[in-house]
Amino acid sequence: MRNRVILCEASEIIANGLAEVIDSMAQFDVVARLDNPAHLSEKILATDANLVIIDPSLLGFQNKEFVTQLGKEHPGITLVALATSCLDHAMLAPYGGVIELHDTRSKIIGKMNEFVKGDNDRKNDDVELSKRETDVLIAVAKGMMNKEIADQMNISIHTVITHRKNITRKTGIKSVSGLTVYALLNNLIDENELI
Amino acid sequence: MTDDIMAKKKDLFSKEAKLAELIAGDRKLLQLLPRFGIALGFGDRSIEEVCRMNHVGTELFLTICEIYSDSSFKPLPKTLHHADMSGLLPYLKASHQYYLNERFPHLEEHLQRIIEACGTKYGPMLRHFYDEYKREVMRHIQFYEEELVFPYIEALRNGQRPDTYQIEEFRHNHTNIQDVLDDMMNILLKYLPGDILPKERIEISLDIMELSDDLNRHSLIEDHLLIPYVESLENALP
Repeated sequence: MRNRVILCEASEIIANGLAEVIDSMAQFDVVARLDNPAHLSEKILATDANLVIIDPSLLGFQNKEFVTQLGKEHPGITLVALATSCLDHAMLAPYGGVIELHDTRSKIIGKMNEFVKGDNDRKNDDVELSKRETDVLIAVAKGMMNKEIADQMNISIHTVITHRKNITRKTGIKSVSGLTVYALLNNLIDENELI
Repeated sequence: MTDDIMAKKKDLFSKEAKLAELIAGDRKLLQLLPRFGIALGFGDRSIEEVCRMNHVGTELFLTICEIYSDSSFKPLPKTLHHADMSGLLPYLKASHQYYLNERFPHLEEHLQRIIEACGTKYGPMLRHFYDEYKREVMRHIQFYEEELVFPYIEALRNGQRPDTYQIEEFRHNHTNIQDVLDDMMNILLKYLPGDILPKERIEISLDIMELSDDLNRHSLIEDHLLIPYVESLENALP
């Protein structure tokens, strides 16, 4: 999925410059530009943005509250500071990253990719089974009980159950017999291994 | 839902309404008619008339239709106490027969073609999956409900109290029949290689969705009508 960026910056020269760099990146789109943060929250909803770049000097003393509030309202977004002037380190602390006025093009590109890396990992995590989950799936498909699986993998029964819940959430399959078919179809086990 | 629609819906589930109108209001109710033994050709007769002609308790018929139509509907305690419930077990048994003698064989016929097309690599395991599922369904319907639960209820209705069973257990014993059915659909749609009989697989998946929906509503009738009814029978006995 392409990343959707909102740019909130009062200086048109700076905003144009950064927008040009971002738009040159294949997996990023600037979906909205604002010169003040008044309607930022509505804009995030309207554009389904996942990355907001904002100049902290626009927020002044309310900086910290604003960032905390926005994070609560939109848990899925990454908030990045655009440091256009010399700013106190504390002011930048609440942000998920910082772009400096003097950053080079390649540095900005590198940072942008870093900012969304966590996002994409999480999306992947929602569909693909982790190594541990695959191991549990194989054990379930072979007909092992939760207790046996816990003993063999040296984890608690509670952890086995959590893995099984995740397996069901990701595959959409609830029954043991269904999971066995799934494991066979994906060549995770061989028919001869079944009891 | 606006009040207007609510009022209109309420009107449909009354004994004065025409059966044809009720069915036009919710077409799924059509498949309940054979389970009550109601013959087609009912013309423009009212629900009460049609029920009388077919020896079906009107109030029971309306209650079951309403649960089937609206998953949040729960019958009032007075319905449980005063309605003629003699038709409830025959209705549930007829539903079971319908699943066992019509829906599952139909499903099986489609599935057989897919299993054959899968060849030796996936065919046997699909067959095994289905056979196991069918065994589970048979066990639940035939051995559990029809041979244990229903005779228990009949005995209660005759004023006896067998100590073999209590309906409370039934609540916990709803098996994963629907879960496995959903699994089967996921396997057919998402996980079998795409080139094996795609048309057939879409068709069978639509059938499974319908059956799964029907079974869901069937368990609502058991949860919202059968269990409270049997509990009231249990409590009425000394």
